[in-house]
Amino acid sequence: MPDFESPAALAAGLADAGYLADEGLAMAGFLALRLHRPIFLEGDAGVGKTAFAAALAETAGVELIRLQCYEGLDASHALYDWDFARQVLHLRAVETAAHGTLSAADLEADLYDRRFLLARPLLQAVERAPCVLLVDEVDRADDEFEAYLLEVLADAAVTVPELGRITAAVPPIVVVTSNRTREVHDALKRRCLYHWVGHPTPQRETAILRRRLPGLDERLAAQVAAATAHLRTLDLVKPPGVAEAIDWAAALGALSADALTTELADATLGVVLKVREDIALATGVIGAQ
Amino acid sequence: MLSEVAGKLRAAGLPVTLDRLAAYGEALDAVGVGHAYWVGRLTLCGSPEDIARYDAAFAGAKSAARGPAWQVRRLPERSLFRATMPPSAAAGDQDPALAVRATDAEVLRHRDIATLSADERAEAAALLAQVAAADITRPGHRHRPAGHGDVDRRRSVRAMLRAGGEPRPLRRQARAPRPRRLVLLVDVSGSMSPYADALLRLAHAFTRHRPRWTETYTLGTRLTRLTPALRIRDVETALREAGRLIPDWRGGTRLADGVAAFVRRDGHRGVARRAAVVVFSDGWESADPARLGATVAHLHRLAARTIWVSPHAGRPGFAPTAGGLAAVLPHVDALVAGHTVAALHAVLEEVRRA
Repeated sequence: MPDFESPAALAAGLADAGYLADEGLAMAGFLALRLHRPIFLEGDAGVGKTAFAAALAETAGVELIRLQCYEGLDASHALYDWDFARQVLHLRAVETAAHGTLSAADLEADLYDRRFLLARPLLQAVERAPCVLLVDEVDRADDEFEAYLLEVLADAAVTVPELGRITAAVPPIVVVTSNRTREVHDALKRRCLYHWVGHPTPQRETAILRRRLPGLDERLAAQVAAATAHLRTLDLVKPPGVAEAIDWAAALGALSADALTTELADATLGVVLKVREDIALATGVIGAQ
Repeated sequence: MLSEVAGKLRAAGLPVTLDRLAAYGEALDAVGVGHAYWVGRLTLCGSPEDIARYDAAFAGAKSAARGPAWQVRRLPERSLFRATMPPSAAAGDQDPALAVRATDAEVLRHRDIATLSADERAEAAALLAQVAAADITRPGHRHRPAGHGDVDRRRSVRAMLRAGGEPRPLRRQARAPRPRRLVLLVDVSGSMSPYADALLRLAHAFTRHRPRWTETYTLGTRLTRLTPALRIRDVETALREAGRLIPDWRGGTRLADGVAAFVRRDGHRGVARRAAVVVFSDGWESADPARLGATVAHLHRLAARTIWVSPHAGRPGFAPTAGGLAAVLPHVDALVAGHTVAALHAVLEEVRRA
């Protein structure tokens, strides 16, 4: 893993990977690498929390392991699971091949061997470190799930009762994201660097659009960024994120538009806004301000 | 120097714990004091509110000459709620009046809360607390062992394993119930004030019983989240704290704005999803009824069940003509009366049907 000597150096590395991080985010990434502390990112949907983890993995030249959280996520999906079918097969095979010569205790020890353990993302991250572990949308999981995370975040270890404790040689870089649909427990946050990811300024957004869509005209990029920033000031149910702005610019590029006019904006609003009331509110607004 | 910073930030309301402070010191060593602002923000904050406090404290630290930039504006304590008398401390309950009291309770259940005296009100509050003790659940994602249902593959295989690989009777599993979130939107405008006290007591009882699964907001001219205040154990303290939070007590009504603020700020993000949402309001909308209708329609699309409770719905000769109520009616799952303890019990029945 390359060693970055300053947050600015990391920001430059991230920019090469196509991600323009602001000062705070670059500092968070730098401290995470230096202090081996997880990063906890909160912010509205579509501001680039998940993309940051991917860019960080690319910059550091390591694998990205992603755990998408959902309600009902439990240890067997996040940590590890025993491969029961293979265990049974093994049992029958041993029985026919060597009946009587193996003691029950040996057989039992044989069954709970590492090769019958299915590694799920958290265990994978511990075993394959160095890597970037992305725990995406942790607020969607039940709060009991946060307890599983604590051992991985604090000690970079997973304990399997039958096998013992599996510890990472190098702690993985952990990025935890949340859309803040519920308050995540403080025990989790305390172990992390906390950063609130806000919407980018129009200048930064223009730069992001130009970086993500190389063929995009600079004037059009600036217009899309300004229009998106204006949409965010309206009283919308779901203000557009950077992801939507990129989609919008890509759509305009596909239409080979050279300027964002009111008619064109109204015709393509469905790319940025996904709620009918929002579209009704924003129709005719872009280009007229 | 660290402890000085910690003291200043704690005074501003940040939860500066020792481990956070240790991380702060370690991070400062790594990047140098030139980056003190970002280092502190990353290691000492835990929420957007923390960041606001931190920024304020940090700005204050830079220009200490101007005095603290951030301070809590304390509103004078107002007693908005009628204090309850403890229900006459049931001393020596052997008297013949007991039977009479039982029927009294039954009568009380059916009397309009707005017409009760202070003593009766206290008893009504006790009856309401019983209402709130009910479980409200929904089918969960996880499974639990059950007598019948789908085949539980994992436990079946495990049983086989224990029997040395011989087939065993199949194990079964069923969906484990999970608590369903209950969202209470209580109108505290002037026209609802005879009921607001009882409704907030009901909200407190629900919050006491299932703190993680109850969210309470008040609607008036603006939206106020009361959940943190109602988590206080003692009901009188909780209601006093709630009174401090509500800026628009017994004021006018801008229902549409309040409901819209809830949907946009919290509801759409997840608070309303899969939840049972109960709106306590008479539907008097001083602005635009059509907008209220559209907002409630949106709420209805998010929530598992939307229930509108109007105290007037239980009165004889009621027709939903109040501007807002007529607009709301097509978009709610149920319109229920909420003027008596018994009627509020019926609300619970509706919630459990979600």
